[in-house]
Amino acid sequence: MMNKRSKLATLLLLLIAFAGICVYYFSHHPVAVLDPKGPIALHERNLIYFTLALCMVVVIPVFVLTIVFAWRYRESNHKARYSPNLDHNSAAEAAWWLIPTIIIAILSVVTWRSSHSLDPFRPIDTTKRPLSIQVVAMDWKWLFIYPRQNIASVNYFQIPVNTPVDFEITSDAPMNSFWIPQLGGQIYAMAGMATHLHLEATNTGTYNGSSANISGQGFAGMSFTATASSRTDFQKWIQLVKTTGTPLNLASYNRLAQPSSNDPVAYYSSEQPDLFGNVLARFTVPGMEGYVQ
Amino acid sequence: MIASIDIGGRLSMQALQHNWVTNLGILSMVAGGITLLLVLTYFKRWKWLWREWLTSTDPKRIGVMYITVALVMLLRGGIDAVMMRAQQATSVGAHHGFLSSDQFQQVFSAHGTIMIFFVAMGLMFGLINLVVPLQIGARDVAFPFLNATSFWLYFAGGMLVNLSLAVGDFSAAGWLAYPPLSELAYSPGVGVDYWIWGLQIAGVGSLLSGINFVVTILRMRVKGMDLMKMPMFCWSVLGSMSLVIFAFPILTATLTMLALDRTLGMHFFTAGGGGNMMMYVNLIWAWGHPEVYILILPAFGVFSEVVATFSGKPLFGYKSMVWAIWAIVLLSFSVWLHHFFTMGAGADVNAFFGIMTMIIAIPTGVKIFNWLFTMYRGRIRFATPMLWFLGFVFLFTVGGVAGVLLAVPPADFQLHNSLFLVAHFHTMIVSGVLFGYLAGLTYWFPKIFGFKLNERLGKYAFWCWAVGFSLAFIPLYILGLMGATRRLDHYDASMGWQQLFIVAGIGVAIIALGVCFMILQLIVSIKQRAANIDKTGDPWNGRTLEWSTSSPPPHYNFAIAPEVASRDAFWATKQTGAAVNKHPAYESIRLPKNTPLPLAIAGFSFICGFGLIWHMYWLAVLALLATITCVIVRASAQDNDYRLSAKQVEKLETAERGL
Repeated sequence: MMNKRSKLATLLLLLIAFAGICVYYFSHHPVAVLDPKGPIALHERNLIYFTLALCMVVVIPVFVLTIVFAWRYRESNHKARYSPNLDHNSAAEAAWWLIPTIIIAILSVVTWRSSHSLDPFRPIDTTKRPLSIQVVAMDWKWLFIYPRQNIASVNYFQIPVNTPVDFEITSDAPMNSFWIPQLGGQIYAMAGMATHLHLEATNTGTYNGSSANISGQGFAGMSFTATASSRTDFQKWIQLVKTTGTPLNLASYNRLAQPSSNDPVAYYSSEQPDLFGNVLARFTVPGMEGYVQ
Repeated sequence: MIASIDIGGRLSMQALQHNWVTNLGILSMVAGGITLLLVLTYFKRWKWLWREWLTSTDPKRIGVMYITVALVMLLRGGIDAVMMRAQQATSVGAHHGFLSSDQFQQVFSAHGTIMIFFVAMGLMFGLINLVVPLQIGARDVAFPFLNATSFWLYFAGGMLVNLSLAVGDFSAAGWLAYPPLSELAYSPGVGVDYWIWGLQIAGVGSLLSGINFVVTILRMRVKGMDLMKMPMFCWSVLGSMSLVIFAFPILTATLTMLALDRTLGMHFFTAGGGGNMMMYVNLIWAWGHPEVYILILPAFGVFSEVVATFSGKPLFGYKSMVWAIWAIVLLSFSVWLHHFFTMGAGADVNAFFGIMTMIIAIPTGVKIFNWLFTMYRGRIRFATPMLWFLGFVFLFTVGGVAGVLLAVPPADFQLHNSLFLVAHFHTMIVSGVLFGYLAGLTYWFPKIFGFKLNERLGKYAFWCWAVGFSLAFIPLYILGLMGATRRLDHYDASMGWQQLFIVAGIGVAIIALGVCFMILQLIVSIKQRAANIDKTGDPWNGRTLEWSTSSPPPHYNFAIAPEVASRDAFWATKQTGAAVNKHPAYESIRLPKNTPLPLAIAGFSFICGFGLIWHMYWLAVLALLATITCVIVRASAQDNDYRLSAKQVEKLETAERGL
């Protein structure tokens, strides 16, 4: 049998080893939500930290009291006082109705404000005109349409840094959820409905995005990448798409709409006018079902 | 000729063809079934099974059957969980796991459906059946026939879900089958229909049970037991069953509309045609969120009993607890939208539902503090149920914090549908609901069977569950923050998620070890039952009425109605040392007769469901008519009870107590 000291040393070593593994792991694998690259994701992360900190006001006493009470009032400890009839204390009960109420009241104010300031439909307050990208969730890929640039791409898109982007999102298939963790939270892509998501990247880089809602067999492959680049690189990319892409017309759209999984990146040099509106109309206007597809 | 074409609906030999994973599952189910049949035949137990169990209307027997079915389903759902963990630990980059994406999606849909509807609900109704009548000093429930029917409908629903493994396939649309994915256009097979009719049948059973237990608690309490003198478990059941009454009709209606879409081509929730999928999502959560509290309130009730008993003190803050329960009951109907803040309902709506959700944390926090102060100045015995409670406090608090984070809409945008969410609700449902019911099972086992479960093996099982659970789900919280969404059958190696998925897999393996200890515990306890026998009826030094009768209790629970003057009535009796009357004046007792009709009703419902799933409408109509006939037969029957005379009761009591 080990003595107490060597037991303690072993435990300490194990803890250090564990901490080491954790440090190594997280230095190689950034935690996307906690590593924001844009103002929306940054505010959302700070909100998570704030809420977490506020919760600790209750959590820490609960953990401490549980350990202390369980240890002190164990049956074998005859030194501890035993009050077999103690069954209420109005002041104490008032305290634990009141304290959580105060915490929740504070959090409610924060919730109300942040729900409005971080509403995905709300344009990001800058003087810049946002870049408009229309997003169509399809079986099982993402189509990104740039109406002003008159191009489109599949499973990849590029944006300039420090420019707000207005994503207008719908689905031509089951419901999906459009999520780029390092730029900000998700919103659903629903057939016949258009949602908006305003995001902005403040750092250049490539960010992973995916569908967060099950949409059928090829769902796991519905990941895409978003690149935030300088304005010149963005213009270059637009030109690249225009020169290497094929036209997106009703015929090529309908081909694309056929279910397929793990689609490679594809570029479209021009866009069918108001394709996004047509996809919406397919589910909302009687008689439009056959227009696309 | 026409009849021979239509007779099978869309059922053909193709429905029986599967790949090796499914075949292995079917094989093990068939082998289990055959073993059971052989054992029953070998020990000549068929008559016994029929008379004592299958046709019984005794809530204690029904409770044991609920729990047996739920534990078997726990194994099925657990195997699904192991398969998911194995898939996600290995299906990375160039490697594809052993399940196809369709199979994987069926597995997680089945896992969720089974764990909620057939494990958690089964354990809950089982414990309620076992304990509530005893705790309120009643001899039976208000509607014993309805009670048996509820159980058999639950069983039929569960069997329908399991049948999908062998005949056809199961839903691949997730445990709540959001449209339009679950609509005919995107899920043309029988899977979603199995899901609909399995839940529809079980759901009717749950609704009937809800009505039954609300009436039982309100009308059948023994003289002297005012509402405010009820054991806390009964209060929590009253809250939970009230929720059942209001929530389950929503489920039934929603499933009916989805079924109409799928079978009659209607457009309630379709994409296009005037349907609105978000209507479904609203409706299913208007049931689904109260459902969470339906499951957890009785678990809170169990903890209230366990903490008081093992601390040797009355429950702290009884009135606070009652208020907290009813606050949760009311609030639980005003938070459903927090399951889909990401729908884009607008800031006002999101903020409202976010705040309502956080408010629920207040009564929940109050309950935790009251439990902790029940331990304060107590004499705590760390029996297995108490360990489950302590594990619950730690894990549930962590899960609760995650829940508060998810309740803040902008934070939810980053956490929703990620593995963080999966980790959150598993923390609530495993450490809250499951730990609660496992504590309850250990606690009341000696009452029902007359001997205690092996404590050492029970503690091993607890530690495996607690450690395994933490290892399995802490990585999932982190993975969610890393951007891993739920329900992925494959992911890219560059994500760097695999190591954490492997750790989670190890966690599940440890939980599986815990399950093995539970099985071993049951076997060892039965073998050594002579050593662990409880002749007192009160093995834990209990406080409430169920401990005042013998273990196991007679069919009629109490020969003489117990007297109640205060809370913790049995404890009070023990304190005053009131002498047991050795020659009490027995009275005659009326009890419900056995009946095979509930079994028949459920059997025909099962056939009706099967007919609807496979579009064999002639079969569905015939089975529905047969079900209705059974109900009419029962409704017109006159002689449903029998009477035990005072003499017979005396004889039984003398034999039992050896007086």
